[in-house]
Amino acid sequence: MARASASTVRMAARGPLRHPRSGSSARSVIGGHLGGQAIARQWPDLLPRVLTEPATLNGSEVADRPGVAEAIALRQVSRRFGELAGVEALSLSIAAGEFFSLLGPSGCGKTTTLRLIAGFERPQSGRILLQGHDLTDAPPHRRPVNLVFQNYALFPHLSVWDNVAFGPRSQRLAEAEIRQRVGQTLKVVRLAELARRRPHQLSGGQQQRVALARALVNAPAALLLDEPLAALDPDLRRTMRTELKRIQREVGITFLLVTHDREEALSLSDRLAVLHGGRLEQVGSPRELYDRPRSAVVATFLGAANLLPEGFGGGVRLLRPERLRLSANPPEAGERGLRARVRELAFQGATVEVRLSGENDLPLIAIDTTAHLPDHLRVGEELWCRWDPADSHLLEAPSP
Amino acid sequence: MWPWLLLTPGLLWLLGLYVLPLLGLVPLSLSEPLSRFGLDTVFRGRVANYTEVLQAYGPILVRSFSFATIATAAGLVLAYPLAFAIRFRGGRWQPLLIGLVVLPSLSSFLVRAIAWTSLLGDNGPVLALVQSLGLTDGLNGLGVLRDGRLLNTPAAVIIGLTNNLLPFLVLPLVVAMQRIDPRLLEAAADLHAGPLRSFARVVWPLSLPGLGAGLLLSLIPAAGDVVNPRFLGGPNDRMIANAIENLLLVQLQAPRAAALTLVLMALITVAVVLQLRGRGLQELPLP
Repeated sequence: MARASASTVRMAARGPLRHPRSGSSARSVIGGHLGGQAIARQWPDLLPRVLTEPATLNGSEVADRPGVAEAIALRQVSRRFGELAGVEALSLSIAAGEFFSLLGPSGCGKTTTLRLIAGFERPQSGRILLQGHDLTDAPPHRRPVNLVFQNYALFPHLSVWDNVAFGPRSQRLAEAEIRQRVGQTLKVVRLAELARRRPHQLSGGQQQRVALARALVNAPAALLLDEPLAALDPDLRRTMRTELKRIQREVGITFLLVTHDREEALSLSDRLAVLHGGRLEQVGSPRELYDRPRSAVVATFLGAANLLPEGFGGGVRLLRPERLRLSANPPEAGERGLRARVRELAFQGATVEVRLSGENDLPLIAIDTTAHLPDHLRVGEELWCRWDPADSHLLEAPSP
Repeated sequence: MWPWLLLTPGLLWLLGLYVLPLLGLVPLSLSEPLSRFGLDTVFRGRVANYTEVLQAYGPILVRSFSFATIATAAGLVLAYPLAFAIRFRGGRWQPLLIGLVVLPSLSSFLVRAIAWTSLLGDNGPVLALVQSLGLTDGLNGLGVLRDGRLLNTPAAVIIGLTNNLLPFLVLPLVVAMQRIDPRLLEAAADLHAGPLRSFARVVWPLSLPGLGAGLLLSLIPAAGDVVNPRFLGGPNDRMIANAIENLLLVQLQAPRAAALTLVLMALITVAVVLQLRGRGLQELPLP
């Protein structure tokens, strides 16, 4: 532990940001180590404290999992702007090694949250903890996180290699280590052959990879991604989505993704949070949020939803369109059903989207595989919508 | 085809009023005056005009470029921080600040030179400040002041030149810096670069095209300036344009004046070519 205490001294002198300048840690994080271990090698002075001081958030998911270090914690963070989207008393806890997404419509405060964590905004109240250290007032260059900007913000006058080497050079790592890290990171993002190019000589997808590499090479406590795929065309976006997931698995670094694209958030995240009007609506796994959303806001934001009025209490029951079965026959025992008239049919290849209206013009939507739907289905036809009550989910009444 | 036609007025203007007279200087520079009392000349193919003016005016040429270089360097020290502040701290005041930089140029350069004579004069505020700070002896020793005076010294000429060229440095720098996406500064900070490092690695290299343009735009007029040496300098602080003027209008030596003009042009062309080599014109962020 002699080494650990040495770096603690260094940390006291220079703030928590600096990597220890040690040759023995040269074996890069990027090479396929996982989460806490990798970070421990790069930030040996940080991790023990994180482990001994588990997060104590109200209802925190991370705290419920003993032994899991907390990479990012927001505690009652507020940042209000005049007209712009701020955040209000936001508390979040993101575990080391997790792929976490912030999902919400534009203006929900998700980018503000990211900028607060990166240090480009200061909260008016609340604390921001990175790896257990209160870094609320630290300037951006002293925070152990790195941001992938929405439009990449690559340095136009530097080659791919020099762009990626920018962070390690700023931290004054040894030249040999810089070379090794940059080389390895470029390999991870599959750009090794293009190291000499300038950003303007690259395609959008390649620029995206440079932006990723430039942030990853610093072995951050968390990688922050601001709508990283928004600028790409749809095909490329799908490819890069898979890439992102692969890279995150490979490097084991915490990813915090901000996006308004629900498919992106659902397919990539270990957990996600839905933000609305600067407030946290719900946090959970993609499955939890999709199947058991707390509110109608979350339910509709995560996908098409049938919201059925529930009896007298004014409650609302969620039924996902793929849970609805269309048939000429009335519901069987144990099933529920509604009579409805087909208003619109949209053939989408593998699936067909059917819009119907039930009693009192209740709008309904059903999605089924083409193979399952009755062949003769046409607009104007009246039939039964049936579902298993176990597939439906009662939403919480909106708080007044 | 059409877009090229739009160039004709400009090209005709350049051809008629610039290129042709300039070409006319070449035979003139190889001529001899017909008499000592007139401007009429006769072509004799007299190359000796060049060697004679180079011999006689070589030191003044050197002095001209030295003054211009010092003034440009001093201007740069003032202009770079000014441009940086206008671009990155100016906010909504940016247009106003740029206007203030340009404002002095709206008055005649003659008027400005005369204004400087009173500012730098024996009873002017600049000397009063120097005296109250007790710097007179020190500046005398450095050769900035001559016998406690500022007017009629090289320093005064350089101050006047610096004042004239400041907008030509500031404007291209502001334009170049406006092309720097502020997110690049955020990216640098995010990548652990402190303010100084961000400046050195991002702002400075990306402002270099503006710097190159500014240097050209200020060095050339400064080297050929007539007014500042005449009003602010002493008899030994004359610059090359004063010498050409004197040759033509006082000594009535039009051929030698033409030869000296072409020498000056050649030197400036060399400077321009050196600046533009490797850097396309399209990278010059001219205002």
